[in-house]
Amino acid sequence: MAQQPPTMAVSLEVNGEPQALMLDTRTTLLDALRDHIGLMGTKKGCDHGQCGACTVLVNGIRINSCLSLAVMHEGDAVTTIEGLGTPQELHPMQAAFVKHDGFQCGYCTPGQICSAVAVLDEIKAGIPSHVQGDIGGAPDMTVLEMRERMSGNLCRCGAYSNIAEAMAEVAGVRIAETHDAEVRV
Amino acid sequence: MKFETPAGTNPIDAMKVIGQAVDRVDGKLKTTGQAPYAYEHSEIPAKPAFGYVIGAGIAKGRIASFNAEEARRMPGVLAIVSAKNAQPLGKGSMNTAKLLGGPNVDHYHQALAVVVAESFEQARSAANAVRITYDRAQGRFDLVAQKPGAQPLTGNDADTHTGDFEGAFASAPVQVDQTYTTPDQNHAMMEPFATIAWWEGDALSVWTSNQMIAWNKRELAKTFQMPPDKVHVRSPFIGGGFGGKLFLRADAVMAALGAKACGRPVKIAMPRPLMLNNATHRPATIQRIRLGSTRDGKLTAIGHESWSGDLPGGGPETATQQTRLLYAAANRLTALRLAELDLPEANAMRAPGEAPGLMALEIAIDEMAEKLAMDPVKFRVLNDTQVDPEHPQRPFSQRNLVRCLEDGAARFGWSRRSARPAQMREGRWLIGMGVAAGFRNNINMTSAARVRLAGDGTVTVETDMTDIGTGSYTIIAQTAAEMMGLPLEKVRVKLGDSSFPVSAGSGGQWGANSSTSGVYAACAKLRDLAAQSLGMDPASVQFADGEVRAGNRSAPLADAAKSGELVAEETMQWGDLGRKFQQSTFGAHFVEVAVDFYTGETRVRRMLAVCAAGRILNPKTARSQVIGAMTMGVGGALMEELAVDKRFGFFVNHDLAGYEVPVHADIPHQDVVFLDEEDDKVSPMKAKGVGELGLCGVGAAVANAVYNATGVRVRDYPITLDKYLADLPEPV
Repeated sequence: MAQQPPTMAVSLEVNGEPQALMLDTRTTLLDALRDHIGLMGTKKGCDHGQCGACTVLVNGIRINSCLSLAVMHEGDAVTTIEGLGTPQELHPMQAAFVKHDGFQCGYCTPGQICSAVAVLDEIKAGIPSHVQGDIGGAPDMTVLEMRERMSGNLCRCGAYSNIAEAMAEVAGVRIAETHDAEVRV
Repeated sequence: MKFETPAGTNPIDAMKVIGQAVDRVDGKLKTTGQAPYAYEHSEIPAKPAFGYVIGAGIAKGRIASFNAEEARRMPGVLAIVSAKNAQPLGKGSMNTAKLLGGPNVDHYHQALAVVVAESFEQARSAANAVRITYDRAQGRFDLVAQKPGAQPLTGNDADTHTGDFEGAFASAPVQVDQTYTTPDQNHAMMEPFATIAWWEGDALSVWTSNQMIAWNKRELAKTFQMPPDKVHVRSPFIGGGFGGKLFLRADAVMAALGAKACGRPVKIAMPRPLMLNNATHRPATIQRIRLGSTRDGKLTAIGHESWSGDLPGGGPETATQQTRLLYAAANRLTALRLAELDLPEANAMRAPGEAPGLMALEIAIDEMAEKLAMDPVKFRVLNDTQVDPEHPQRPFSQRNLVRCLEDGAARFGWSRRSARPAQMREGRWLIGMGVAAGFRNNINMTSAARVRLAGDGTVTVETDMTDIGTGSYTIIAQTAAEMMGLPLEKVRVKLGDSSFPVSAGSGGQWGANSSTSGVYAACAKLRDLAAQSLGMDPASVQFADGEVRAGNRSAPLADAAKSGELVAEETMQWGDLGRKFQQSTFGAHFVEVAVDFYTGETRVRRMLAVCAAGRILNPKTARSQVIGAMTMGVGGALMEELAVDKRFGFFVNHDLAGYEVPVHADIPHQDVVFLDEEDDKVSPMKAKGVGELGLCGVGAAVANAVYNATGVRVRDYPITLDKYLADLPEPV
């Protein structure tokens, strides 16, 4: 009989619920959420930290859950897309994505929304970015900042322009560039 | 129902629900993580095991040894299936390469085995312990090297000749004769190929991610040599496809093989680094375009030849398609040549043919306009045609390309463009504007649906149509609501199940018009049943506000199903209007770029698409299709390229870090305008597709903008800075 792989106990809080798991130590946080806790809202797009579809919030900070082993998260509070809102009670960012059609196939969407929520917090918290005019000052809540900070979340359906509008609405930023689809006579 | 004569007035024309920019009906599910994709379904008969696919480590040759002894003994391993121990498999009629290779290897990362284990981690670990050695054979991996031996084709892909192209081109006072290249590209849809498969006796069921349910069912049956009625395919949510999920792929075959071997459901998601060489791609092209014009800008000769490659038995990239129809000229030539290559299988990617074809043709048109010292918008307008140029007696059903161009030019501020390149500067940036025409044919496909009216007055639509992000759920709900006089929330739509009537499926931008036409046909039948049930004359009833009305009588629609559910099923079939009239969609793409003097970095600053595509069923979802396609067009113009290793025969950059696609920061706000059209010759919906139109021409508009900014003409996509940096003008 082959030797069993090493397992380890880990306790997490996921969307406010305690989860006690005994996991193969090779299990990523992403696969723990999907295959062990059954929260399929967090998506696996590449499993290599290249696409952002697996973005979740860990203690309020966004991470690629595919790049992190679950057993590294003892005691951590994880928020997934299911923890942000439900179809009956949407989070404002989820509602804005629906209104502005900030998605098409929907597969990158949970990661985009988790990232979008975190990005607005990051700008508010003064975390600097590459596009900031003055790296010593506070970043402005602009669409440029949002686009830069969202660039780790790929969307092959190409909903970026609409996602920017959804985020601007939630951030309370007026962007002159917001337009509805137009049918011209 | 057969659509044989142009549509008259029909219930869709009320446009109370159709044509409205309603939110996606599945939007709340998708934004809350509640929409289940292929890998995520829990409705399966037993606890699933996990499969991990092993891909070939060579591009061509034979397996010399296959040693799975160590892997078989590893923890949790349930089965290892390869060609050595798999049942004999057939090959799907739409697959060029076999989905399970061995002992012969046809291309790099062709699936050779699946390891099934209790957990994903165990399956992956054991897959890494399978030892395969190969006898490598010589392969053909370089399109340029194989181009001289490329062969002409027959049937739809045969050469076309109209008038005397060679004579007219030779005598034309103004000529363009240039060669353009487009690289291999990948769909890079966000959801990997994924399947959960299980067997119950001799019946196979799959949850999978596929654009064409009926094709998938047929191809699974063919592969496993079983009757199609024993195959059940379900794909209710699909995380993008772009043509990559048109066909049966290895995930489904390997999951079914694994499930048979271990007697349990098996789930597989293809690892991303395996996908790009395992599956299909858009092949590279070499395109030669020759244009001849009079001095006052009338095209007299248009010639377009394209070379591409594929595995033996494969097909060409039909990059000359649009050139047969886009501009007037009496003398014309198109030719496709196909070389044999031992790279992974070439096949359809969004707007196959037109996407790479227009990337070349619409640069050539820009070059000709410049030679003529004509504005490129005016030049295109001057050479418009309202008839099929090869068959002048055959008109277009509707063609408003000129309006797209002129309306777009006015809105975009085209008059501010400098005709001379490299003249507009803002600080360190060179600014340029580019334009290109968009063109893609409308295709109609047979499409069926079943509609059910329940006693509570709700209508349920069932069709095997898929929603790959296109908005099918929403426009189908809108169609049924309009036809039955109901608000949207009274309609439920069930898609992507092979037990439902066979639809058009999602491909070739035929999905929206064809599938809603099928729903239209089924609802027309349901209206008759409802009228009969209420004792009203089907010929004179109206359905509105949840009521059925005839003369001064009215009744709630729900009453028609009081004594039992009413069910209607119907198929929309197509007559010969598509032969009598050329049915196409049109667009004009305008792009402004800024190119950094010093670094050569190109930024896209503004984008506008003006589209003429018949009735727009939902301006919100249609607009999303177009902006998404524009985004893909920017990728094609500036960054997307599968890099071929010509020694070992594979795509080197086979993951999402190496195969670069546009990200948020690459894409500005995008404007889309739809001309207010109805095309009564295409369907009772009077609609055409937009999903591929939005991509067609974008790449060339970007390329022409880069030229206008820099004065450097790049004819080799993608337009990366190494191709023009040395030639940029000096900073002032």
